[in-house]
Amino acid sequence: MIDNMFDRKKEIIYDSISPKIDIPDGLWLKCDRCKKIVYKDDLISSLYVCTSCGYHFRITAPQRIEMLCDEGSFEEIDRDLIGDDPLNFPGYKEKLEKLRRETGLNEAVVTGIGKISGVEVALGVMDNRFLMGSMGYAVGEKITRLIYRSIEKRIPLIIFTTSGGARMQEGIVSLMQMAKTSAALAKHNKEGLLYISYLTDPTTGGVSASFAMLGDIILAEPGALIGFAGPRVIEQTIRQRLPEGFQTAEFLLKHGFVDRVVDRRDMKNLLTSILKMHVGVR
Amino acid sequence: MSILELDKKIEELEVKIEELRKISTENNIDLTCEIEKMEKKLLELRNDLSNKLTPWDRVMLARLNERPTSLDYIEMIFDEFIEFHGDRLYGDDPAIVGGIATLDGIPVTVIGEQKGRNTKENLYRNFGMPHPEGYRKALRLMKQAEKFKRPIITFVDTPGAYCGIGAEERGQAEAIARNLMEMSTIDTLKIAIVIGEGSSGGALAISIADEIWMLENAVYSILSPEGFASILWKDASRAKEAADVMKMTAYDLKELGIINRIIKEPAGGAHKAPQMVAEEIKRNLLEVLQR
Repeated sequence: MIDNMFDRKKEIIYDSISPKIDIPDGLWLKCDRCKKIVYKDDLISSLYVCTSCGYHFRITAPQRIEMLCDEGSFEEIDRDLIGDDPLNFPGYKEKLEKLRRETGLNEAVVTGIGKISGVEVALGVMDNRFLMGSMGYAVGEKITRLIYRSIEKRIPLIIFTTSGGARMQEGIVSLMQMAKTSAALAKHNKEGLLYISYLTDPTTGGVSASFAMLGDIILAEPGALIGFAGPRVIEQTIRQRLPEGFQTAEFLLKHGFVDRVVDRRDMKNLLTSILKMHVGVR
Repeated sequence: MSILELDKKIEELEVKIEELRKISTENNIDLTCEIEKMEKKLLELRNDLSNKLTPWDRVMLARLNERPTSLDYIEMIFDEFIEFHGDRLYGDDPAIVGGIATLDGIPVTVIGEQKGRNTKENLYRNFGMPHPEGYRKALRLMKQAEKFKRPIITFVDTPGAYCGIGAEERGQAEAIARNLMEMSTIDTLKIAIVIGEGSSGGALAISIADEIWMLENAVYSILSPEGFASILWKDASRAKEAADVMKMTAYDLKELGIINRIIKEPAGGAHKAPQMVAEEIKRNLLEVLQR
């Protein structure tokens, strides 16, 4: 009976939510990793962590904010800040327009001020539906402004990263965002404020080589791909297969580059505890 | 015709003119007309060499094996250079050299990405692609410079930070990120000079400075044109086209306000007269250091 149902509605029911995050209309979803069929409502209540294998589905910035912030507490800043097209790259503007329509976002990061269990934080969440979360002028500028907002308000800063790296279409301007965000964090650091960097799948290239790796505390989601170069580039360079588990959050934990790998279902509790231990820090 | 073909043609023409002159004197034949014609052609070609460079030509020049490397310039510019080694954490990376030197008597810290000239050297220098320990060594030397109030001069010349297993295991991303953050606070005069290829985060990681200069035929970009074409067009062979749109030449970057100065090169590239380029760099450095 159930088998029949799946056959009939294969298109809808089997639809996976990753890497495209739009939740399809079906009631069931297939896990990308264990390939088991998961009931959508169960998945939502488990914060998009597969109920059978623990696989962490990629989620959107609005979803993350909803999971994390006290209800109605998040206020977005710099929503309308957008970048330019410094290389006049063919098709770039059109692509941005299309993504804006599709995602309802103006850029690959959402920034704002929200509360986590009552503690006010400056929160940035990247969204990889938007050109793979790549960092051009707008992303770099929004992150930088968020860092300054955190300094101004003397509140902790939390940034969730997911990004393929610097945005090619904006050329050298994108590269400079790495310098800009890192310099802003140097100032933040000097001010004695807390910065938690939270790495999610995937975090590579110019984002990993700038603000992602500069947290006082660096947390990561299980199984997230994290690295400087993407695995395909490395394979092409060294002409050999990469070992199992290379560049996962667990690999970085083992090599000393992240503090903890955190199940998404523990995210809010853990962040709450850390934030409360820094309450005196202002 | 690419810049390298043009260069070869000029050399051939120079040889031919010389031969004709020789024949003319030895055999007492008047070849003035022919020689003049060829000299005119030579002048045209030489003009092309300095004026008609495409961005891709400059990429070729920036990567040329004969192009002077960081150590070449260091030797020509400074009175004395004492190289120091190691990041105090893991190892010493030959793709980055660094140490202390004097510039007309002024003590400075010098750091440079180092390419090789031949296969053997390149294997040793990893083709100028640093590992995390290279960036950490650079940062260590910069902090030392800050402590002893020395200006820092960096020479940028890399196809990019190395992409490999060890580099990832030892935190390539962290090493670069750390440099970007720390360099922004290092309180001493810093000048970064792109002398060849300045590619991606691997170049940026030693170029956070008060001033960024570029040699006329150096390139500085988010990624190599091959990588850029491969990511955006799924076709690395369109690198030449990528170079055209990337705004990676010194002139483009000066216009964009990314760099401060362009240091002139002789026609045909820095390798034609390295000493001249070194003197030009030195003159600019002294001007800023004595300010």
